[in-house]
Amino acid sequence: MTQLALVIDLNVCVGCHACVTSCKEWNTSGAAGYLSDDNPYGKDPTGTFFNRVQTFEVGEYPNTQTVHFPKSCLHCEDPPCVPVCPTGASYKRKEDGIVLVDYDKCIGCKYCAWACPYGVREIDEHQHVMTKCTLCVDRVYDQTLPESERKPACVMACPTNARLFGDIHDPESGVSKAIQDNGGYQLMPEWGTHPANHYLPRHKQEIKVREEDLERVDNPLKVDGRLPKPALKSPSLDDVTSW
Amino acid sequence: MRPAPSVILLTTLIGVGQGLFAALYTAQVFDRIGLIQGPTSPVFYPLGCAIALAFLAVGLGASFFHLGRPERAWRAAAMWRTSWLSREVIVLPAFMSCVFLYGMGHYLGWPQHRIVPGVDATLVIGALGIVLCALLFLCTGMIYACLKFLQEWHTPLTVINYLLFGSASGLMLATAYAAIVEPGVVRFFAAWAVGFTLAALVGRGASLVRNARLKPRSTLQTAIGVKHPRIVQSSQGFMGGSFNTREFFHDMSSAWMRSVKWMFLLAVFPIPLALLAAGLLGGVPALLAVAFLVQYAGLLAERWFFFAQANHPQNLYYQRIS
Repeated sequence: MTQLALVIDLNVCVGCHACVTSCKEWNTSGAAGYLSDDNPYGKDPTGTFFNRVQTFEVGEYPNTQTVHFPKSCLHCEDPPCVPVCPTGASYKRKEDGIVLVDYDKCIGCKYCAWACPYGVREIDEHQHVMTKCTLCVDRVYDQTLPESERKPACVMACPTNARLFGDIHDPESGVSKAIQDNGGYQLMPEWGTHPANHYLPRHKQEIKVREEDLERVDNPLKVDGRLPKPALKSPSLDDVTSW
Repeated sequence: MRPAPSVILLTTLIGVGQGLFAALYTAQVFDRIGLIQGPTSPVFYPLGCAIALAFLAVGLGASFFHLGRPERAWRAAAMWRTSWLSREVIVLPAFMSCVFLYGMGHYLGWPQHRIVPGVDATLVIGALGIVLCALLFLCTGMIYACLKFLQEWHTPLTVINYLLFGSASGLMLATAYAAIVEPGVVRFFAAWAVGFTLAALVGRGASLVRNARLKPRSTLQTAIGVKHPRIVQSSQGFMGGSFNTREFFHDMSSAWMRSVKWMFLLAVFPIPLALLAAGLLGGVPALLAVAFLVQYAGLLAERWFFFAQANHPQNLYYQRIS
């Protein structure tokens, strides 16, 4: 069974918000309708977004790390938002594991948002239905797009390649290998939701330089160094320079 | 969570309607068994059912204001296999039909025609109504109790308290109603009202103690998966508000929360009981109505507090604007 998901590498995310704007651009222009904004240039702007990049400071000054943390729907393998939906508008696709909302069935009761511990569902204040990340289901199967572009808009936009997209149930896929090799983890594992999206943990960037990397022990050029150094006044090869 | 007025009204109003119906049926059963001298007024049951139906209907109407797309509300009956909300949507109209039939039966004089000795049609419809009434309390409570990461709600006490509060307020209304229409059964209802109000005090007290001792299972560490004791958010990712900052934060001070708690603890329990005692002993029926009104107002505060107290784990992600 396929489970499409994102794997987000916290080592390389620079917090540029390109995925946020790219997501908004793609999803507000799609066939499912716009994502509304209020006062976009006013005093108290607000709007519907599927993806957010948040920033956390870990540690105590001066030993701090700034962690940029992109967050969108995690497409849980056991999504708590789906069984609570009274109309069946909120559902998880069997064929690829994407969690979607049928905007034509949603009554806007917000119960699914209450049932999501990650806060990734946002009601659209003007369409009055619950909206969420679709994992760009309208891109990833679009045969009119070149195959290299059949990825979510956020993945396409990421300048540092911090967002990987693929099938985490296929052990040979790039995302599965990234999870295995780098210790990819899930958010809030305590609730048993089994998020499909994984995060690759920060690891300390350290350059290990050993003495012998800089200077070879058996460097033949150093053989000369074992000879006694000639005195300053002793004649040199060209009678001008000294050792 | 930010308490929604529509949901506060829904849960409190249908509680009163359910409690009132249960009170009426209990009176009929006790009368039939011969434990009390039952009501003799012909309008007692039909009018009582009409009042219960009015509370249920207004509650149901209030719930529509919670929906973004009320015109599609009929779809909410679809997922009764998995969703407690869907189950409530089915049980509430079924219960209302039972209350209507029960009142209609009394109005048409069905109790005079026994199906089998001692049992008439209203008794059977009423029994079905009581089952649906209990199921409705279960559904309403489970809507909140089934959300396991809302730890303040995820306890059997949530369902128990919905049952106790609904019954207590309905019985309080039944007492006030009987004082006007059928003074003979006032003391019967008053005794039940006192019993359920005290039981609700025990139930709510238990949940308040439990919630004060809760330790949140989700922390910033599990929320972003970084194992460090000191993590602070420096940006939630946007400078204005969003659905997440509006829906899940009540933005009230802890002093306000404390005062609401004491307000409802006084208005739901001691004051109505004192008014009830004064009304019964002093023979002032108006005080019984006041007792119900005070308790209902207290229940509005109680429900507000119930929603506001729930601390959603998503709030960990929305701490700081910058």
